[in-house]
Amino acid sequence: MRNLIYAIAFVAVLAWSAQLAQASEFVHISGGEFRSVIPEAEGDNLIAVDGFSVQDAPVTNAEFLRFVLLHPEWQRGRAVSLFVDDQYLSSWAGPISLAPESGPQQPVTQVSWFAANAYCESKNARLPSWYEWEYLAAANGDMADARHLAEWRQDILSWYSQTGGDQIADVRSEPANYYQVFDTHKLVWEWVDDFNAFLVSGDNREQGGADQLQFCGAGAISMEEKENYAILMRVAMLSSLEARYTTRNLGFRCARQGGVRQ
Amino acid sequence: MKNRTWISGLASIITLSTLLLVAPVTLSANDNSLPPQSVYNLQVAVEDQLGEITGLDRYKGQPVLVTMFYTSCPHVCPMLISTIKLTESKLSVEERARLRVLTISIDPERDTPENLHQVFQRHSVDSGRWSMVRSKPGDVRKIAGVLGIKYKQLPDGEFSHTTRIILLDRDGIQVANTDQLGRPDAVFLEAIRTSLQ
Repeated sequence: MRNLIYAIAFVAVLAWSAQLAQASEFVHISGGEFRSVIPEAEGDNLIAVDGFSVQDAPVTNAEFLRFVLLHPEWQRGRAVSLFVDDQYLSSWAGPISLAPESGPQQPVTQVSWFAANAYCESKNARLPSWYEWEYLAAANGDMADARHLAEWRQDILSWYSQTGGDQIADVRSEPANYYQVFDTHKLVWEWVDDFNAFLVSGDNREQGGADQLQFCGAGAISMEEKENYAILMRVAMLSSLEARYTTRNLGFRCARQGGVRQ
Repeated sequence: MKNRTWISGLASIITLSTLLLVAPVTLSANDNSLPPQSVYNLQVAVEDQLGEITGLDRYKGQPVLVTMFYTSCPHVCPMLISTIKLTESKLSVEERARLRVLTISIDPERDTPENLHQVFQRHSVDSGRWSMVRSKPGDVRKIAGVLGIKYKQLPDGEFSHTTRIILLDRDGIQVANTDQLGRPDAVFLEAIRTSLQ
């Protein structure tokens, strides 16, 4: 009988979470070329991005709650510590309950790369690549690439100085960008699939010649477009992470290959 | 009639709930004997130089040196392999017999079992204790994630990657690593000896 009550309660929570988890839409993004802050090779930062589709907002607490209800191995307290650190989902009230400061429509944070990856796989999707994310984040409300606008750069940069103790806003609180995608800036940091592809030099133990030894193929790659501080800060932050780390301001959204325009 | 619909509705909810409660057990069927920090918690398939497919835990129960590489790498990867061989040569015959070596490709498209086998033979490594494997592209990032290795494909098909050698103990827990190439790292060697005791 107790099992039956649990079962009914479980279904009720699941139904409730489904109602809250306003389906994130996958938006088609046409491919194109752009100049990245991370050159593919020395001096070559013109990057071609294939068409892809991406969730129009970061994954919310409600959506992630639904995921952990269906995949209990990703619940706080159950997730294996190889895949999550000890702050995993710590802003929630419990393994399957949210908290006032982490409401259903707020982006989920304190999730590791592995957890984000597992979420996207459950949606038959993946995390966006860095180049896809950067391409998406070059847009303001009016144009696909607004990065030459000093005012806009300053505006998105201002968020980084106030991030910290403040309450995280709900997703889609600010207007969408050119692609009808929300919250690429000024809400949370976001995981990308290849976060561990930034071979930014800095931890060499030996002087001279160490680069050639530490990295197979090319040496450490320098960054370009240095006036683009906001994006460079993202690179610096992502390159400092390990796949099991979580932080209060780090969330994610999912992407899919190709994707058909709807 | 109406009543019956209601009852069958409730019955299907209960069936569904039971399914949902049972399903998690099978989904989270991780090997409970594994410590939570063990790399072997990552359940991915790897294919070796002979085309044999196993889990990442193929050497569970023995200390293992693990590294990530790719076979078409011109300079550093051969050095990575010779550094492992050089490190091994500092061990006694008995110690060496208990150590395993797993090199994992970051270039699964080109590193077919045939190519892996060629490199395996070129370096004339001990096939009883070594294997060279590849994995699915999506799984390579996960393996790199649990090992803390960074890599990036370059436009010319080459890769940049950290050339790290990692020591896993019998349970698959990372106990030491080294970035030193060309000559054996004394501290790392000591850690290997300890894990072999």
